[in-house]
Amino acid sequence: MSSDLINLTLRVWRQNDPDSQGQFESYQLNGVSTHMSFLEMLDVLNEQLIESGQESVAFDHDCREGICGTCSLMINGQAHGPDKATTTCQLHMRRFNDGDTVTIEPWRATGFPVVKDLVVDRGAFDRIISAGGYVSVNTGNAPDGNAIPIAGTTQEVAMDAAACIGCGACVAACKNASAMLFVSAKVSQLAILPQGQQERSERVVSMVSQMDDEGFGSCTNTSECEAACPAEISVSNIARLNREYLRASLCGRD
Amino acid sequence: MVRVASETLNSRVPEGHVDQIWDKHRFNMKLVNPANKRKFSVIVVGTGLAGGSAAASLAELGYEVKSFCFQDSPRRAHSIAAQGGINAAKNYPNDGDSIWRLFYDTVKGGDYRAREANVYRLAQVSNNIIDQCVAQGVPFAREYGGTLANRSFGGAQVSRTFYSRGQTGQQLLLGAYQAMMRQVQLGKVQLYARREMLELIVVDGVARGIIVRNLVTGQLETHTADAVVMSTGGYGNVYYLSTNAKGCNVTAAWRCHKRGAYFANPCYTQIHPTCIPVSGDYQSKLTLMSESLRNDGRVWVPKNAGDSRAPAEIPDEDRDYYLERRYPSFGNLVPRDVASRAAKERCDAGFGVGDTNLAVYLDFRDAIMRVGEDAIRKKYGNLFHMYHKTTAEDPYKVPMRIFPAVHYTMGGLWVDYHLMSNLPGLFVLGEANFSDHGANRLGASALMQGLSDGYFVLPYTIGDHLATSELPTVPEDHPACVEALESAKGRIDQLLSVQGTRTVDSFHRDLGQIMWDNCGMARNKAGLESAVGQIQELREQFWQNVRVLGNGQSFNQSLEKAGRVADFLEFGELLATDALHREESCGGHFREEHQTDEGEAKRNDEKFNYVAAWEYNGVGEDSTLHKEPLSFDNVPPATRSYK
Ligand SMILES: Cc1cc2nc3c(=O)[nH]c(=O)nc-3n(C[C@H](O)[C@H](O)[C@H](O)COP(=O)(O)OP(=O)(O)OC[C@H]3O[C@@H](n4cnc5c(N)ncnc54)[C@H](O)[C@@H]3O)c2cc1C
Ligand code: SF4
Ligand code: FES
Repeated sequence: MSSDLINLTLRVWRQNDPDSQGQFESYQLNGVSTHMSFLEMLDVLNEQLIESGQESVAFDHDCREGICGTCSLMINGQAHGPDKATTTCQLHMRRFNDGDTVTIEPWRATGFPVVKDLVVDRGAFDRIISAGGYVSVNTGNAPDGNAIPIAGTTQEVAMDAAACIGCGACVAACKNASAMLFVSAKVSQLAILPQGQQERSERVVSMVSQMDDEGFGSCTNTSECEAACPAEISVSNIARLNREYLRASLCGRD
Repeated sequence: MVRVASETLNSRVPEGHVDQIWDKHRFNMKLVNPANKRKFSVIVVGTGLAGGSAAASLAELGYEVKSFCFQDSPRRAHSIAAQGGINAAKNYPNDGDSIWRLFYDTVKGGDYRAREANVYRLAQVSNNIIDQCVAQGVPFAREYGGTLANRSFGGAQVSRTFYSRGQTGQQLLLGAYQAMMRQVQLGKVQLYARREMLELIVVDGVARGIIVRNLVTGQLETHTADAVVMSTGGYGNVYYLSTNAKGCNVTAAWRCHKRGAYFANPCYTQIHPTCIPVSGDYQSKLTLMSESLRNDGRVWVPKNAGDSRAPAEIPDEDRDYYLERRYPSFGNLVPRDVASRAAKERCDAGFGVGDTNLAVYLDFRDAIMRVGEDAIRKKYGNLFHMYHKTTAEDPYKVPMRIFPAVHYTMGGLWVDYHLMSNLPGLFVLGEANFSDHGANRLGASALMQGLSDGYFVLPYTIGDHLATSELPTVPEDHPACVEALESAKGRIDQLLSVQGTRTVDSFHRDLGQIMWDNCGMARNKAGLESAVGQIQELREQFWQNVRVLGNGQSFNQSLEKAGRVADFLEFGELLATDALHREESCGGHFREEHQTDEGEAKRNDEKFNYVAAWEYNGVGEDSTLHKEPLSFDNVPPATRSYK
């Protein structure tokens, strides 16, 4: 493979801390190999910034292979950039052209305050999970793993929902900054599996209530979340959440 | 010359037959009365499989738990990235598995350098782990009829690996995370995310707390407790390029080491055979292609060096399926150390493929013909997707190109049978301890070990410590706390004050290169000696010339990295020293001077049948070697053969 080099203009959001006002800064970055990942491109930018005595751009990342959900950038107005089913860390520079201007921003949502530059606080997601995104089973209380058969197809649907990486792109992509896709993924997984039945009603009500408290907007079914989701979580999960919620309100909490 | 301590280390393995000691010992250990548990507090650093499961289980028992991680959420611990699966001795496939066989395979796979009693216990509780995870709602793969499915992993001739597509670590971790978040809701776990542990607080020889840096505000915080649990993962990033997440570090373990905890077998590192090869010098990490792929993928190189035909055009008679050729009984499923060395051997001999000639093929052509593309997609879809994203090549059509990469570290802080280090009150779990894997870990056994430690071992053994120790209250202004805080602060100030010209990353890359060239898949005396010298020199340069901008009182990723690299620069020297002293080949530690005529690892049981646990004596000072002799009463050491 030949290594093609491109030149880019980067417009990067810089913000010192949660309280200060941020602004875009422009940087010229030349000789970017198209084999690089997007974050490797930012590494190169940061090396150059440090060498010229400027503080590096803060951005969140860890696994760099699309599973930890840490990376989180709006790239030219799209959460995780232009590729479908792809996190920022999996996006490669072969997707860009010589001379492009690339605008890079943090997730923007009331529920995700900016910490610094491109880094946001997604603690709200943890609090939503702690409101009920689990099966209450203490260590040591489990029956044999094969005691309850689960049809392969049922398991597959649960796994589709369980694949959510908790990145928050769904919120960032939504004009209402709704967290419905994220919440519905966990609600669905546990509502589908037999293990989740006992707390089914309680769970959906508590998680939705916590979601509202965190300042996320309401869902108006535009499906932008699904389009942005790197884990291909389907909006059918939102429909299931709504059914679960209705069921809980009708039957009361169990 | 290595300084050797005169006394051997006491592993506290109880007397008795290996299959009875854990049961008997659970009875013999002291218990903390249920009503008293809430009076004890435990710090758990790390929220991976080991730390997450420990924090949840301890809180369920009633202890007051504080949980720490450096990521923004505990759910992002590196365990999330594990792909292939988790072992257990369920014998659901009815293919002859048993606790004894899992025990045997693991001891043999570790090349007879693990502690038998620990491995047996691990095999024993492996089945409980699967049950627990299923009960939590972990969606393990299932057969059509609804029972749990298994796949095969290297080093075993039975099918005992449970999995959730290529995202097993993710699903297991979310199970543990959710269990922990439930305890957060119940007020039994206090969560401290975006905190980096920088110091261990030791009071009268007992571990009693930690100093952490709040990565958002830059503030240093003192936390004290009745016991401290380290579950901070492995140190593979000392090589800079590895399959580990970028934040993985040795800092937490190294800080404990500098406070007196012994570091065991640091030279036992695992180089995984199937990773996406390096593509350029901007490369920031390497991506694993799970071992599970070797269930269906066949590894080969062209028979004729320099054969430049496209892989699909090379007919079978011109392909060398070298693993199947060399190891007919295990074939593509030989253990990792063996597969990695075999790939290196072919590439060194000039048969490598791709731009750099540092790659071999992992080919799914035959499996796709046999079961169809859909069946393969169902099993490995996300891995194929990941490969496609990284390389822009479609592995359904073109074989994957793969090469070995640093992946896992078997070495770690020394622990006894209770998983307690030589520092009382300091427990070490998961990849951070020197573990149950000896000199080589079998696939799908790290997840098993992390969850075994956290769910089913520590909750018992920590009780014994708490019930039998004098643990006076340690106020935050205790001299030991103040001293640790000052030490952490001093180090940060020092890093910021150098104000040199080179970036932290540039030092890390250089260190990685030294480590890979000299302490990688093959090692020799001259290389290791030169590595020690080069590391010392690089460390000196670092402290004279590193550039860390910004300040300590704010979110500062350069500063975070600098602290970690500074520790790697000390630790790397210990790794090389350990590798130099171990004049034998075993598992992942391959000394070129010690090999059989066929190029296989040659152990020296007479001289090196021990765990090497190193005691810190100061930067640049020789460490003291403490030996824990190993005995194999149940799995008699033999030359490992997978032929
Ligand atoms: C790509 C990949 C795939 C793998 N696949 C498999 C597999 O299929 N099967 C298998 O058995 N094993 C697999 N492994 C190995 C396995 O995933 C790990 O060994 C295991 O998950 C480690 O778990 P842990 O809990 O010990 O540590 P980790 O999951 O690494 O967690 C470490 C925790 O410690 C915290 N921490 C670290 N340092 C600090 C600090 N200084 N201060 C505060 N907190 C700190 C982190 O925040 C994190 O929460 C794989 C590994 C990799 C890299
Ligand atoms: S639903 Fe998709 S976009 Fe939203 S957090 Fe989960 S993985 Fe990210
Ligand atoms: S860094 Fe882990 S998903 Fe992108």
